[in-house]
This record gives sequence, C-alpha cells and structure tokens, in this order.
Amino acid sequence: MADQLKPGSGPLDYGNRLWLKILFGVIFFMLYVPIITLVAFSFNTDRRGIVWRGFTFDNYVKAWNNSALIEAMVNSLMIAFITTIIATVLGAMVALMLWRFRFPFKGAYEAFMGLPIVIPEICMGVALLLFFNETGMMGAIVALPWPLNLSNIIIAHVAFCFPFVAIVVRSRLVGFNRQLEEASKDLGASEWQTFWKVIVPFMMPGLVAGALLAFTLSLDDFVITFFTSGPETVTFPVKVYSLVRRGVSPEINAASTVLIVITVVATVLAMKLQAPQKSGKG
Amino acid sequence: MTDPIVSIRGVSKRFPGGVIAVDNIDIDIAQNEFFALLGPSGCGKTTLLRMISGLETPTEGQIIIAGQDMALTPPNKRPTNMVFQSYAVFPHMTVEDNVAYGLRVTGVPADETTRRTAEALEMVKLSHLAKRKPDQMSGGQRQRVALARALVKRPKVLLLDEPLSALDAKLRDDMRMELTRLQETVGITFIIVTHDQDEALSMASRIAVIDKGAVQQIAAPSELYEQPATRFVADFIGKVNLIDAKVLSRSGKSISCEAKGLGKLKFDTDKTCGDSVAVAVRPEKLKISKAEPKAAGLIKVQGKVRDVAYYGDTSHIVVSIKGGPDLQVNVQNDSRTGGSGVERGQAIWVSWMPDDSLVLTE
Amino acid sequence: MPSPFLLASIQGSQEQGESGRVLDNWKDNKNVFWTLAGPGTFWLLVFFILPLGFLFVMSFSDKAVIDGEISITEYDYLTGISNYIRSVDALYLTIIWKSIWVSALATVLCLLTAYPIAFGICFASERWKPLLLLLVVLPFWINLLIRTYALIAVFRSQGYVNLALGTVGLGPFDMLYNNFAVIFGLVYVYMPFMVLPLYATIERLDKSFLEASLDLGASQFTTFLKVTVPLTMPGIITGVILVFIPCLGSFLTPDLLGGANAIMIGNVIERQFKAANDWPFGAALSFMLMYATFAALMLRAFLAKRSAGVDV
Repeated sequence: MADQLKPGSGPLDYGNRLWLKILFGVIFFMLYVPIITLVAFSFNTDRRGIVWRGFTFDNYVKAWNNSALIEAMVNSLMIAFITTIIATVLGAMVALMLWRFRFPFKGAYEAFMGLPIVIPEICMGVALLLFFNETGMMGAIVALPWPLNLSNIIIAHVAFCFPFVAIVVRSRLVGFNRQLEEASKDLGASEWQTFWKVIVPFMMPGLVAGALLAFTLSLDDFVITFFTSGPETVTFPVKVYSLVRRGVSPEINAASTVLIVITVVATVLAMKLQAPQKSGKG
Repeated sequence: MTDPIVSIRGVSKRFPGGVIAVDNIDIDIAQNEFFALLGPSGCGKTTLLRMISGLETPTEGQIIIAGQDMALTPPNKRPTNMVFQSYAVFPHMTVEDNVAYGLRVTGVPADETTRRTAEALEMVKLSHLAKRKPDQMSGGQRQRVALARALVKRPKVLLLDEPLSALDAKLRDDMRMELTRLQETVGITFIIVTHDQDEALSMASRIAVIDKGAVQQIAAPSELYEQPATRFVADFIGKVNLIDAKVLSRSGKSISCEAKGLGKLKFDTDKTCGDSVAVAVRPEKLKISKAEPKAAGLIKVQGKVRDVAYYGDTSHIVVSIKGGPDLQVNVQNDSRTGGSGVERGQAIWVSWMPDDSLVLTE
Repeated sequence: MPSPFLLASIQGSQEQGESGRVLDNWKDNKNVFWTLAGPGTFWLLVFFILPLGFLFVMSFSDKAVIDGEISITEYDYLTGISNYIRSVDALYLTIIWKSIWVSALATVLCLLTAYPIAFGICFASERWKPLLLLLVVLPFWINLLIRTYALIAVFRSQGYVNLALGTVGLGPFDMLYNNFAVIFGLVYVYMPFMVLPLYATIERLDKSFLEASLDLGASQFTTFLKVTVPLTMPGIITGVILVFIPCLGSFLTPDLLGGANAIMIGNVIERQFKAANDWPFGAALSFMLMYATFAALMLRAFLAKRSAGVDV
C-alpha cells in the first residue's frame, strides 16, 4: 500500500486504482475479443476466415441459401416459440401455487422443482433419450407432420424451462401486497375477477421476463436437444455443432451472428422488464 | 491553548461532481478535550471526522495530528481510532478477537495482546462475554466492543461517529455517562460527531457547530447556548424566538433598530452589522403577565394567547403579536393548582430584560 | 444453458422472505391448489423423474444375450451392479479423477479472475456499475456453442493468437485439443457464474468493516485476507459450486476444444449413448456424475450453514 493517498481519494476508492482498471481491460478484452472477431469475420470475404480481405454480406446470403441451415433455424424458432408458451403457463401456475399455499413437504417440493436446474444437462439429456426410446416415442413421432415431429424436443425443453419461469414469476409475486387482493374483494370482485384484474396485471413483468428467459434457454440449448432430436429433426445449435466439427467457416459466423443478435435483444428486453419496480411494494 | 493535538487548517473536500462537503474549515482541538462536531445531517461533519481518521482525504488543506501533517496518510498509519456508527464489529470473530485484532495486525507481542485485550474488556465491563460472537449480543454490548477495540490501541485521538444514534432512549443516557467517565479515565482526546444538540451539550467540553460544510461557531456548551454567534446556531441549539429587525442608526457600540411588532429598540453589540439583524431571546427568559409590567427598561409587547401546551413541569405558551412573529414563552408550573394560569384567546403581556436578548448580525 | 438462473434459485430462495405473510392452507382451497400444482408437477414427474427412473433401472441392467449374441436393442433389466463396478475401473476412474481436477482447476482460475472483477464493479462509480455488470452478464446469454466456436477460431494454429505471437517471432503453438484448451474454455464460459454471486455478496458487505480494519492498523492486504475474504465466504462458496457443477458435467467444451486428448466424464457418457451404444454403462456413469453433483450441493449447504453467522 502506498504511503500516501491521493488528495480527495479515500483508501477504499478502488475504482480509481490503475491496477484494477488494467485488470478490467484485460479481462473484458479476453471475454469479448473472440465474440467480436466472430461477428466481424462474418463480414469477411476470405473463405478461410483468417485474414481480413474485405467487407461483404456474401456469407449471410450463403447462409440464407443453405436450406439445411435455414430449416434448422426455423425448427429452433418453432421449438422455442411453443416451449415458451407451455413453459410460461406451467411456470406461472407453479409460482402462484408456491406463493399462495402452504402444504406439507413444501421444502422438498421446491427442491424437486429445482432439480432440472441443478442436475447436469447431459444426465437429463440421456435420461430423456432413454425414455423416448423405451416408450416408443422416438420412433412414433418421425412419421408425424411438422411441427409435431418436434414434440420430443419441445417436451424436453419445457421440462427444463418451466422451473426457471416459476422462479422468475415467484420472485415478482413476492413483492405483491396482499391487501390489494383484499381490497379488490372488499370492493365486490369475485376470486376469479380479482385474479384476472389484480394479480395477473401485477405478475405481467415477471411473466414477460420469464417467457423471454424460456425462449432464450430453448433457443440456446444444445446438449439436451442433441440427445432428444431424431436424425430428421435438427435444430440450429445441433446443426452448427455438426458444421463446427468439420471446421471453421464464415457461413457459421454469419448464422451465429444472427443468433447472437436475437438472444442479446431478448436478454436486454428481459433485463429491462425485470428491473426492480418502485411501485407495488407494501 | 497548549499545542493542539489535532489541528485542521484550511481543509476542503469536494466530491467528484462538484459537491462541496467541507468548505475551508479551521479547527484546533486540544489534548484531552471532549470535542463535538455538531450539525444537521449532510452538513459535512461526518466527512470531516472521516478525514481525521484517514478514511477520506481532503482535496485541500492540512490535518495535523500530534504535530505531523497527516492529510494524506492512510488510516492504518494514523494515531487515531474510530468507533463506527454501525459499530462495524467483525461478525466472524469473537468479542476477544475483535478487541485483539488491532494489536495482532500491528505485530504487538502475543502476551501483551492478551493482557491489553483483557484490560480493555474489563474497562467496558464485557469480560464475561469475551468468547461470544457479535450476533449474540445487543446493540449496546456491540458498541462497547467497538469502544474497547478502539481504546485498546491507545490512540492519541478517539473518533466517535454518532455513537448513540442506534441505541434506545434508556441505553443512550447510560452510554452518555459511560462515555464521559471513560474519557476522564483514559485521558485521551475524544472527537464525537452528532446531530443531537442534547448529546453535544451534555458531553462535550467544546462544540463546533457546522452547517453547509462551514464552521458556524466553536465554543463551550453554555456559551453556545447563551451567546450564539449566528442565527443558525441560535436556532439549531435549543428553542429560540427570532424577531427580524431593521437597523435605524449606529453610534459606537450601540445600535438602534426597528424590530417587527416590538417597535424601536436599542442594543449594545460589538459586532459590525448590516441593515438587517435579528433579535433573539430564549423562551424561558420571557415573562407573561395579565397587566402591563411596570418595571423600568423592560422590553414588552401585548399579544393574544394562541396556544398552550402543557408538559408537566413547564407549559409552552405561544403568543401572537401584532406585526411580528409568534413568541414562545416557557413558564414553570411551580404551583400544583394554578398551571400556567392562561387560556387560549386571552390578551396578555410578554416582557423580558434587554440583557436576556441578543442581537444576531448574521 | 440454464445455469445462470441456478444462481437466482440458490440466492433468491434465501432472500425471498414472504415478509411475514400468512400463507393459505392448501386444504382450504383444494381445487385451486390442484389446478395450479397439477400440470407442472405432472410434467416434471412424467418427463423428468420417470426418465431418470428409466435411467436408474438401466444403470443396473445389461445388454441381453440372445442366441449367444449380444443384442443391440434388448436388455436384461436389473441384473446387478456390474456397470458401477466397471465405472470404477482404472480407465474410467482416471477420467473421473481428471474431470474433477480439471473442473477444480477451472473453478480456482475462475475465482481468481472473478474476485477482482466483482470487487472492482462493487467499488466502481454508480455511473459505470450497471454497464460493467451488463458486460459481465451478456456473454452468459450468448449460445455456449457459439462462444466455444469463437474460441476455436482464436486458438487454432492459424488463429489470431498464433498470428499475434508470430509477429513477435513466437510459435505457432498447439493451443487446441489439449487440457489447456479445455481449462481455458471452461474458465471463459463459466466465469460470469462466479462473478455474479461474488458481486452480490461484496455489494451487500458493509464497507465499514473494511474501514474499521484499516482504522485499526491493518494494511490493505491484511484487511483483504482477514476481513474481506471471510466475510464474503458465502459468495465464494456459492460461486465455486456454481462453476464446479457445470464444469464437472460439461460435454461441449471438452468435446470441441479438447478433442480426443482431453476427454471428461461427460464425453464418456455421450460416447456410451451414441457411438459405443452401451446404454447401461452410460446410465451408470450418469448416476455417478449426479451423485458427485449432489455431493457438491450438500457440501455447499453444509458450508453455508457453518458460515451462517458471517452473512450479515
């Protein structure tokens, strides 16, 4: 420690210390350089993607014309969309139940809800693979028309997404002042009316945040999808995985950039909606 | 004054963003003084204390402690120790370890550490709780730990940041006496920060009243009360009636002024003044009477009783006067049957000796 | 990648005090209770617990032998613990052991980088704080696969790191397909998981504890060791578990960055279910992995209880 402090700067003003600023610079550099180069090189004309040769949208055009890639993308979005709807409804219901009731073994039930969050994804993936195989669901859905042939993946995604939604919605509900509910009933509203006119509007930011979270989780998932998808149903991450195994190409960069943009937008939206609200606390 | 132990010279503290917390302050604090920094919250008194401890540094000025300018010395190299407002008793250590901490980290030998720790705990009467963890203790006990932890270091100056604010009323009185006793026993300089005038008046030997980052007055408690230098000090310490007045003429040490609702008055003052001054008089110095008081030289005014508040030992009577501010008069309820003997709406005379009032020029 | 909200579930549950509200008894309103609880519980039981049950049974089974040949699709169920015995065979024990130390090393490196970051964010000015936090959290949300792919592009022998080293006359080095790549990749991918719990704890830490320590004569370094670290231990423990668990079960990172030279337990499991087609053994390995995960979680609960007094 220096023998003297700088005028006007206290001993705990670490934010002004040079070593910390350098460290921040280095770590953020390491964190972002790979991603930024990935995005930048999606606009590169060089096929092998090593040296910058010029700006182009060709890689995006190529990715767009790659029907397998597009199909995988459409599948991923479809899965994410359906998963989001089911997971949001299930998660919200569980959150409401946990918020409203006490019942025996509640702690155990909460741990049970948390299981899909804590167990390694690969274990969940292989368990579902085994389950779909043994019950014949793996074979059965292949014959179904799109998007029903994605059912297995959707089922799996809902199973790991809705506990997250439940957490998000529940943390929103904790801030609910129950006197609002009582006031509503006191003013003559029925239980059902109170639910739709008082509780649901209050839950809304949590619901939207939870839905966006489910959407991102589903869109991002590789491991569980990898095990539950059949040969005919490929999602975007699974497709990228098979391409990556064959090597680096600017087309993957282009497709990845699109996905990064989608998730970043969804994330920033979710964060905005989750930001603590000043009203509503009792 | 002998050589001051702490000498604050031209100290200013500007925060980034331009807020001036402390504005060019000069204070000398003598050895063995019980010194209070008193002011409303946000006046800069805590910042000043933290600059003495080294937890913050001034943007300008010198802080001389025991003859050395320590304005930029880190806190761990200063002969000062602090009792924090939140006590900051380390929750992961026992009481004993908390008290011994400051000795251990500075390499005091183990046997001396043990002895001094035991002495310090004895001093704050906590020897029986030495092995406890802070979360099993009351607020008052934790504060004693904080005190022992600071005193065991034998600092030249002990700094106390709002030491009584987190205690309940009963404990606060005990602690106030305890602090005075401790200061007398250990014989080191105490500097206390408080926003509570009673605390400052009852404990400190001298008080600096601070407002908006600047010193308003430094004086002994009785002088602060009876001879406030500024309107702010008069108003901040105790209750005061302030009557605005316009200066009509000056001759030597005496001025003649027109006070609102009181008419023409003459005062002696040794301070220079502008055109507007204020006449200040404490409520307990005022007398009431139904008939016009006859004694010579009194300042007197007739008004109407607007409100009477009964406080047991005293009653506070608010009298509204024509063309002037309401005056508060505190009367002793010295007979069991009479009370204050006045009723709302009653016409009444208020009077006082000119010497009991003061002209405030700033 | 679900784990970002693992944090929320672990930390949130402690803070989600129901603020003294009296909850309804489920018996008072059974219809509402079952309507709300039913669908989610059903989904989790059928599509999560039941599959785990299948996996559990499978882990005690063997491939059926039909007409003297080992069948590919038929199994003899509940034949014994032979798969578990095989999983502690020297070969697999080495891989399990390696998975543990690779994860542990990655976790320690994460801690060493994340602590100063979290610390710095807490002491940054209010204007910078949200931006810095966002910068740390954002990579969370970018697809794990894409981030790993981005690392490949940086590390491969004609990648930018080697290109940069080449300009100063060094290399090229083989930075891919070895333990270094896997550990770097794990640190890169999971570092934000460490930053968030640390940030949450340091932010809540009353700064006057640090001030008191300095005031009592301790140096900055002593203060850090004797006050800051012990008082932020709950965050450290949470962060360590939060990083260690996904590292231990990781499959994608060692697969893409480690290749054949740096396989971890996750890759072995994947191989049993895909290429090697030995599901019973894969199932047994999966359960070994889950037990390890639960052990880590229980360790956290134990440590959290022990340092309960610290978390003020």
